[in-house]
Amino acid sequence: MINPTVVELSRLQFALTALYHFLFVPLTLGLSVLLAAMETVYVITGKPLYKEMTQFWGRLFGINFAIGVATGLTMEFEFGTNWSMYSHFVGDVFGTPLAIEGLMAFFMESTFVGLMFFGWERLSKPAHLAVTYLVALGSNLSALWILIANGFMQDPVGARFDPNTMRMEFTNFGALVFNDDAQAKFVHTTIAGFVTAAMFVMGVSAFYLLRRQHRGFAARSFRIAALFGLISSLAVVTLGDALGRLDYLLQRPKLAAIEGLWHTTTPPYAPEKIFAIPDDETQRDIVSIGVPYVLTPLVTHSWTTSIPGIDALERAAKPKIVKGIAAVTALEAYAKTKSPAALAAFRKYENDMGYGLLAERFAPEEDLNKIAKRDLPSIVNRTARATIPNVFVEFWSFRLMVALGFAFIVVFAFAAYWSLKNELEKHPWVLKVAMWSIPLPVLVCEYGWIVAEAGRQPWSVYGWLPTFTSASTHSVGYMVFSLLGFVTLYSAFIAAELYLMFKYARLGPGYRGTAAEAVAPPPAHGQPGYADRPWE
Amino acid sequence: MEIYAALKVIWALLLGFLLTGLAVMVGMDMGVGTLLRFVGSNDAERRAALNMIGPHWDGNQVWFILGGGAIFAAFPTLYATSFSTFYIVMIVLLFSMILRPVAFEYRSKIEATRWRETWDWAFLISGAVPMIIYGAAVGNVLQGVGFHFSWDGQYYQDESFIWYLLNPFALLCGVLSLSLSVFEGGAMLMMRGEEPLYGRARGFAIGGGSLAALLFVIGGIWVQFIKGFAYFGPVDPAAPATPLGGPAVVMREGAWMDNFHAHPILWLVPAIGLFGMIAGPLALAARRPILGWWLGALAWIGTIGTVGGAMFPFLMPSTTKSSQSLSVWNASGSAYNLAWMLAFALVFTPVIVAYTSWAFHLMRGKVRPQPTPGDEHLY
Ligand code: HDD
Ligand code: HEM
Ligand code: HEM
Repeated sequence: MINPTVVELSRLQFALTALYHFLFVPLTLGLSVLLAAMETVYVITGKPLYKEMTQFWGRLFGINFAIGVATGLTMEFEFGTNWSMYSHFVGDVFGTPLAIEGLMAFFMESTFVGLMFFGWERLSKPAHLAVTYLVALGSNLSALWILIANGFMQDPVGARFDPNTMRMEFTNFGALVFNDDAQAKFVHTTIAGFVTAAMFVMGVSAFYLLRRQHRGFAARSFRIAALFGLISSLAVVTLGDALGRLDYLLQRPKLAAIEGLWHTTTPPYAPEKIFAIPDDETQRDIVSIGVPYVLTPLVTHSWTTSIPGIDALERAAKPKIVKGIAAVTALEAYAKTKSPAALAAFRKYENDMGYGLLAERFAPEEDLNKIAKRDLPSIVNRTARATIPNVFVEFWSFRLMVALGFAFIVVFAFAAYWSLKNELEKHPWVLKVAMWSIPLPVLVCEYGWIVAEAGRQPWSVYGWLPTFTSASTHSVGYMVFSLLGFVTLYSAFIAAELYLMFKYARLGPGYRGTAAEAVAPPPAHGQPGYADRPWE
Repeated sequence: MEIYAALKVIWALLLGFLLTGLAVMVGMDMGVGTLLRFVGSNDAERRAALNMIGPHWDGNQVWFILGGGAIFAAFPTLYATSFSTFYIVMIVLLFSMILRPVAFEYRSKIEATRWRETWDWAFLISGAVPMIIYGAAVGNVLQGVGFHFSWDGQYYQDESFIWYLLNPFALLCGVLSLSLSVFEGGAMLMMRGEEPLYGRARGFAIGGGSLAALLFVIGGIWVQFIKGFAYFGPVDPAAPATPLGGPAVVMREGAWMDNFHAHPILWLVPAIGLFGMIAGPLALAARRPILGWWLGALAWIGTIGTVGGAMFPFLMPSTTKSSQSLSVWNASGSAYNLAWMLAFALVFTPVIVAYTSWAFHLMRGKVRPQPTPGDEHLY
């Protein structure tokens, strides 16, 4: 018996810790690549400005990196601590990319990040550059493997359920790695990281330009970031379209929720809703404004294909639920008796097994064997309703992501234009917008993950294992203890991180060591630590 | 032997290798963290101590992460069951572990005594608590844990966590693991530090190693009197991995000695461990920190090898439904998965060892306390 409160608290804890981890990850992904680019220029041209750039942005990278690592540690163990059934059910497949991530990516990233910070004096210029490249490569490879793992949850390919071991067994490594969803996600996510880092570097540089500090340094950092950001923000939108199309192909309930499609519409009329207040209770919009004829070609890349609405999806789920119930009861009989007849009965409907598990939570005492015949239709109806993710959350998270995504293109385009014309300081509003936009890409990344993960509900492994079934059998007390602890610690971390980020961004490039600040008076002209560098 | 059974054994050995790597590398850093407040009498000395492991702690920590990932992939049911049944302990472990990365990166960033004192305490907690839990978890597993599975593979816990936190044998194992980590951390501080840090570290390390030797002997005697587990009747090592409907398991005093009686050569393993724990402190007393450090590594190999040798093939026995005890045979991944992972491990392990050694070699040498830290010293 699973306690629904424990499941809700486990979901809450996972959502909080994952969203929190991803506050720091995008900047790591993107900034590591930008650092490598800046240092490349330094090694090629030999100009100390670019070394200063690498070191200054590297310092901010370090402040961000520490919490990324700390919160990542939580993630690695949280599957086991809170999702025991999930870990047992898919560990044979899902654990593998996680282990490979450690072997291939984390070791590389973490070993070389130490040398990147400590090795300036001990490594030759090209060797240090190589170290920085390996850090960038390592962090992006780590994203690849974790997204391969996530891709499996979204579209479980390369594995097969085995009634003898009661879990999914790994059957095809290539299918797991080259899963379309994982590949599209990888590109979209890493490029989202580039956008985040570009906005960060551009925004902090804009802050200096507005205050007319470190002008040479800031103007160059700004230009690199603006160009990098423009390209990345164009790319992220293209890849976003690819992801939306995959949802259409693989996860229709998610797509229907994203678009707020309560009803199937005849092609090509389907309107793209610009604004709506979807109400999940009554399954209709309270308000809705849309542009007709846009959605069909956008999603299906055709004029004649209809997109199934939520009504049709629920209808289509019902027969699967009935078969799924048969599959799970047969599976239970097989587990207890090992009778070949039970196995044969299971085999008949095995592909719908997940829908049977989904019905468990509506069955009396969560036992499918206890469903009375006359209760079956109502249980099937409630289960069908549960196959649809929360429309309001999906609809709005997606719209905010897309709207801001397009806004970034505009911001980067203006920024790049005025930066290339060397007229930034005549247009302080560009600088102000750039500065205030620093947190937006991070926010957009969070929306993106909410779309992806809340849209996968009610499944933790799409079509096979419901989230409800996945959780560990903890007591509510355990969950309250861990949740309170995480909230306390993580709040302290974010306060410290923001304080240090602001502090070191204000101190600016050229700042050296903390003791100098405390013991000595502010450095004089020509002394190390004074901002008046030769190139400014 | 069938290929599947061989793969299971190989992965059990690799798991032992990983846990040893974790103990040696992370244990060393945690030893430094534990000792920080005691070996460094002022801020400059403490910074010097931190900078000795500064470039390496993050790389070392990946042993811990990889340990988690590898258990997940190679022994999924063990990952699911152990971390969930030990929930409170695991969460406390995580709470203390995640202080460390932040402490390293943030401690030096503000020049205020209270700020740095706070992080020094964080280093103490994030050094000592995980090492105690690490050892105590092994101690608990040796005594068996109360859990069973329902037909679908979900675990259910049959015991309160208070038992895992407070039982004397587990605490002994916890202190043993902490002592070994203090030994390795102290040896590291001697390798890269100068007086007065060197002398203080030497004292603590010699104490840690000697205490470990004592506890290891006591633990060895104690184990004779706790109930071990053994399969009753034949087992099929190549059977599909599931803890449901397994062969009968008996619990009896001294069962953990069965493997040693059957294969007397196994006695070499605890002998090696004990040798490391006795010779290690002697080497440090003779001011040979590098030799001492390697002997400490030997001590870890001996300790973890002894536990593994005693328990094999069990991984986490159940006291409440012993036939569902998790073992190398019934908790592992599929043959296909184990084979793929083995391929990756064979390719990447040498690469990792190579660049880790290079990183240590590059950063070798003494670290001196500096009144005004230059750019090179980040922490
Ligand atoms: C700067 C960040 C950023 C920007 C500008 C966008 N996205 Fe995004 N999006 C992400 C950052 C992101 C993300 C955080 O990286 C996600 C979460 C999961 C993933 O794969 O990437 C994501 C997920 C995500 C998903 C869900 C994938 C799934 O179901 O698994 C879709 C459909 C889109 N995106 C589509 C778009 C479209 C059409 C955009 C057009 C403007 C867009 N995204 C801009
Ligand atoms: C889209 C999802 C994710 C991406 C792209 C991602 C990427 C990254 C990156 C780039 C880092 C480097 C450190 C930093 O964040 O600053 C990191 C750290 C880490 N992440 Fe994540 N992560 C994701 C989700 C997860 C999840 C779900 C887990 C759990 C399995 C996880 C486990 C870890 C661990 C253990 C670390 C610390 C590694 C170290 O010591 O260097 N991450 N992650
Ligand atoms: C770092 C970026 C990520 C964020 C922000 C994120 C966010 C979330 C959220 C909000 C939930 C809760 C959904 C709900 O219960 O309504 C969730 C659940 C979950 N996610 Fe993610 N996720 C991320 C990456 C990943 C990755 C890369 C994996 C797998 C490797 C993963 C595995 C899971 C699992 C196992 C659950 C719990 C079961 C479930 O709710 O289905 N997540 N995540």
